[in-house]
Amino acid sequence: MSPPHRVNPQPLSLSPRQPKDPTTTEMARSNFSVLTILSVILLLPVLSLSFSPDSPSDRRLLVLFDDLSLQSSHSIFFNSLKSRGFDLDFKLADDPKLALQRYGQYLYDGLILFSPSIERFGGALDLAAVLDFVDSGHDLIIAADSSASDLIKSVATECGVDFDEDPSALVIDHRSYAVVGIEGDHTLIAADDFIESDVLLGENKIEAPVLFKGIAHSLNAANNLVLKVLSASPAAYSANPSSKLSSPPSLTGSTISLVSVVQARNNARIMITGSLDLFSNRFFRSSVQKAGSPKRYDKSGNEQFVAELSKWVFHERGHLKAVNLRHNKAGETDEPAMYRIKDDLDFSVEIYEWSGKSWEPYVANDVQVQFYMMSPYVLKTLSNDKKGLYHTSFKVPDVYGVFQFKVEYNRLGYTSLLLSKQIPVRPFKHNEYERFITAAFPYYGASFTMMAGFFIFSFVYLYHK
Amino acid sequence: MAVTKTEPINGSTTKSSAPPSTSMPLKSDLLSILSLKSLRLKTKQQELLIRVSILCLVYVLAFITRLFSVLRYESMIHEFDPYFNYRTTLFLTQKGFYEFWNWFDSESWYPLGRIIGGTLYPGLMVTAAMMYWGLRFLRFAVHIREVCVLTAPFFASNTTLVAYFFGKEIWDTGAGLVAAVLIAICPGYISRSVAGSYDNEGVAIFALLLTFYLFVKAVNTGSLAWGLASAFGYFYMVSAWGGYVFIINLIPLYVLALLITGRYSMRLYVAYNCMYVLGMLLAMQIRFVGFQHVQSGEHMAAMGVFFLMQVFYFLDWVKHLLNDKKLFEAFLRITVTCAVGVGAIALGVGTASGYISPWSGRFYSLLDPTYAKDHIPIIASVSEHQPTAWSSFMFDFHILLFLFPAGLYFCFKRLSDATIFIVMYGLTSMYFAGVMVRLILVATPAVCLISAIAVSATIKNLTMLLRTKSKVSQTGSTKGTGGGKTSSKAMLDQSQPFQRNGAIALLFGAFYLLSRYAIHCTWVTSEAYSSPSIVLAARGAHGNRVIFDDYREAYYWLRQNTPPDAKVMSWWDYGYQITAMGNRTVIVDNNTWNNTHIATVGRAMSSYEDEAYEIMRSLDVDYVLVVFGGVTGYSSDDINKFLWMVRIGGGVFPVIKEPDYLVNGEYRVDKVCSPPRV
Repeated sequence: MSPPHRVNPQPLSLSPRQPKDPTTTEMARSNFSVLTILSVILLLPVLSLSFSPDSPSDRRLLVLFDDLSLQSSHSIFFNSLKSRGFDLDFKLADDPKLALQRYGQYLYDGLILFSPSIERFGGALDLAAVLDFVDSGHDLIIAADSSASDLIKSVATECGVDFDEDPSALVIDHRSYAVVGIEGDHTLIAADDFIESDVLLGENKIEAPVLFKGIAHSLNAANNLVLKVLSASPAAYSANPSSKLSSPPSLTGSTISLVSVVQARNNARIMITGSLDLFSNRFFRSSVQKAGSPKRYDKSGNEQFVAELSKWVFHERGHLKAVNLRHNKAGETDEPAMYRIKDDLDFSVEIYEWSGKSWEPYVANDVQVQFYMMSPYVLKTLSNDKKGLYHTSFKVPDVYGVFQFKVEYNRLGYTSLLLSKQIPVRPFKHNEYERFITAAFPYYGASFTMMAGFFIFSFVYLYHK
Repeated sequence: MAVTKTEPINGSTTKSSAPPSTSMPLKSDLLSILSLKSLRLKTKQQELLIRVSILCLVYVLAFITRLFSVLRYESMIHEFDPYFNYRTTLFLTQKGFYEFWNWFDSESWYPLGRIIGGTLYPGLMVTAAMMYWGLRFLRFAVHIREVCVLTAPFFASNTTLVAYFFGKEIWDTGAGLVAAVLIAICPGYISRSVAGSYDNEGVAIFALLLTFYLFVKAVNTGSLAWGLASAFGYFYMVSAWGGYVFIINLIPLYVLALLITGRYSMRLYVAYNCMYVLGMLLAMQIRFVGFQHVQSGEHMAAMGVFFLMQVFYFLDWVKHLLNDKKLFEAFLRITVTCAVGVGAIALGVGTASGYISPWSGRFYSLLDPTYAKDHIPIIASVSEHQPTAWSSFMFDFHILLFLFPAGLYFCFKRLSDATIFIVMYGLTSMYFAGVMVRLILVATPAVCLISAIAVSATIKNLTMLLRTKSKVSQTGSTKGTGGGKTSSKAMLDQSQPFQRNGAIALLFGAFYLLSRYAIHCTWVTSEAYSSPSIVLAARGAHGNRVIFDDYREAYYWLRQNTPPDAKVMSWWDYGYQITAMGNRTVIVDNNTWNNTHIATVGRAMSSYEDEAYEIMRSLDVDYVLVVFGGVTGYSSDDINKFLWMVRIGGGVFPVIKEPDYLVNGEYRVDKVCSPPRV
């Protein structure tokens, strides 16, 4: 990531991630400016213990429960994580030895909070510690349910979503509920209003609806980093199913989010849902039929949905890195310290995507570079060679100053690429102008004939008497 | 006689007993050596010797009196602008002239950058670099900082020499010597030329006086060579300081005055044309000035007078050819009307088409002191641009303030081309000194010269009285310029019995005043003008000196603890110091060439934190430097300057309104402070 970006005192908990930023380290490897190297040296100790920039997926996860029975009731989910190579550490949320970091270094790369009713974490963990964990670029999954405590709700609030204030309210949907044997209160919802993003949910379309039973949350309008991945149908509302509705529900329709994700500016990823059962073996295994739909699926979409989304959350997908940001004068190979106005230059950058195992070339036709000084003077779309190398060339504008090459690439689900590289542009030197201008030939002629004339005149005047 | 009249003055003004004690043995030596020679020759040689030794002493005195700051603190660069000059000089000595000339500095005015080579007056840096290279060539291993620190005192010494010659040119050698002594220690000049005050003014006053001297010399002699010399002096002045505009306006004004008073002469024609044409061509070689001489409204007076001179010369020639007086008068009328008409049309067309730029804000504010206050807060905000208080006149000139009118009287009494010049110089510069504090500096040489005429003439008259009484036989041998007048005075004096006693009393009075002047000057220099202002000194509770070196510590911190390409935002006062000492990129600095940029910073400083944050993000600011003097009682901190940030910001961004920052029309920083303040 670019140096200017590092200074970003965002008051929210989502401030820049230094240690985990793979771009920074990759840029440094390709011997860039002294600054980048310097910043990497500063970050090195942290990097070495966190995941390596070569493989940005998380490795060590901490799972917190209210009671350990969840370990077996949600075993499919955990086993799938284990089979993907994660190292899970199960603990009770009120375990007195709980700690996320030791000697200033984080012990885990990700945190899964399956402890909705915990009022107070044990050990050294508290709200601030969780937020610091995220602020330092680590990932988080929060699952709440109807018993959600204020603590869990406030963690979610800090991440940009607000759970329903009413503690007894559940999401109710009389139209797209899941058909089960008996006519229930329609709190078991078959949701299929997914976000359209291959990055978040994988390339295989999720056919079956996802079963959901839990509480509603809405997105904080001021936070533009949070996204609804699974939203409720327009007919849904959030209310207490066992009591008669006396006043209009505060959350209705598709403003209700069932599952949301956040990608912070430091690329920390967070998943929030109001249903702990979403991850349970029971929901994974159960068949589903959406009310009003004739088709009955043998297996709900939960397993696929959770697996794909957890791949995204734990950086197995959608993680980009930009390396080898290079620029040079047309026809040269070395990177200059300064350009002159009207120089022609070549610009290139390599962008790769992490596939979970290796870095694959990222192919897109919408990556742009700006040549920026307070406003972009040049904005060019980069062409790529399908091998990850993006390239363009342009002419430096006729303006001097301190410019920046800026690549700002923010796409849904992908880590945001914010690269900038400072480069001053100087005006012409005194000997870079044309020496003789054609338009000035009359003046040259005038001055020389004047000199000659004066010489002859003096000669004649002095000696002709 | 010259000997007796100059010696006591020197003795009293230098305040040291050195000149009398050295000159007396010298005189006796001389007497013993030259006893065989004729008396007349001996007197002349004595006079020369004493004059030279006095000048040498004054030369040294002017240098050492400016070293207080080095002794008190250390050999360091003072204040704000000198740090920029130092940085550029360093660059010049390291990278050479062409790199300096083409220097594009990306460390200041981020992100705009600044073309340093094209936006500074290189005279000072080139001078210092030449001295540095010269010393290196002579195998003196000096550091460039030492050269920079001592440049201003060195040029102050040179100024005393020029003042001597100038005084000699306009009055006589006595006046020249007195002028040299007065200017050597005049606080108005010392304020800008103490060691470490490495600013343009340091060399510019030398160049200014030199140009004037050479021009007056050219007018007096009518010699092309002196005119050429004054053109070069002008070139040096243009290369050194923006104050050259004063020269290019004063000289035409002077020429115009001579034309009007019927003192037009061939000498004047030669001097002015040579000086103007060559000076203009030379001045165009300075990148920062460029084509201003033909394009800027401030320089149009000189050009107008130049053409007027040609018209005058032409008329003179026609008059010479035409014997018919009536015909000539008719011709005169037509020519003058035509010339004025053509000039007016040319000026009008030039201004309307934008070829001739209008007067700059600074120039306006000189003519109309209230202009800057109403229109350009950035000029009004600088403390040295404030109108001068009476006390600072007294502080900077002391008795010269009273001697100045007396000198004018003497000048008017013996009107010549040269005295008219010094009178005009004195009067105009005094007016400008009243408008802006820092222009006291320009007035100082004029005031010193005119006062020197007063002192010299008075004392000469008084001593003449004494001499005619006591040594009537020697009156015949009195030489000097006022010989004829004094003899008639002497005749008159014999009828007044108390003349002699009165003269003695007056002489003592004059010496007393001059000695007070010397004491005052030394006191002012040591107490007021030798502070580097970057290191603060205060008296502790027990009378001990407390040194605050917080500024340099802060800049050093920046240098050591921030990334090398960090951008530091501060109010523009500290820009030069941050780049020079902290070696970090700044957003704005003391070269206030882009008002909008400064206003943006002012806006960021005076908005709420969230708005300010956005502005700073857009400028890529990494650090903000603010100065708070509340703990040490340092008065010129950012809280003191805050209203100017508001005003300058509000000048460009009307969102910022000054009344929002005031409580009941008052500016306060305590509990009842106004809401928008961060």
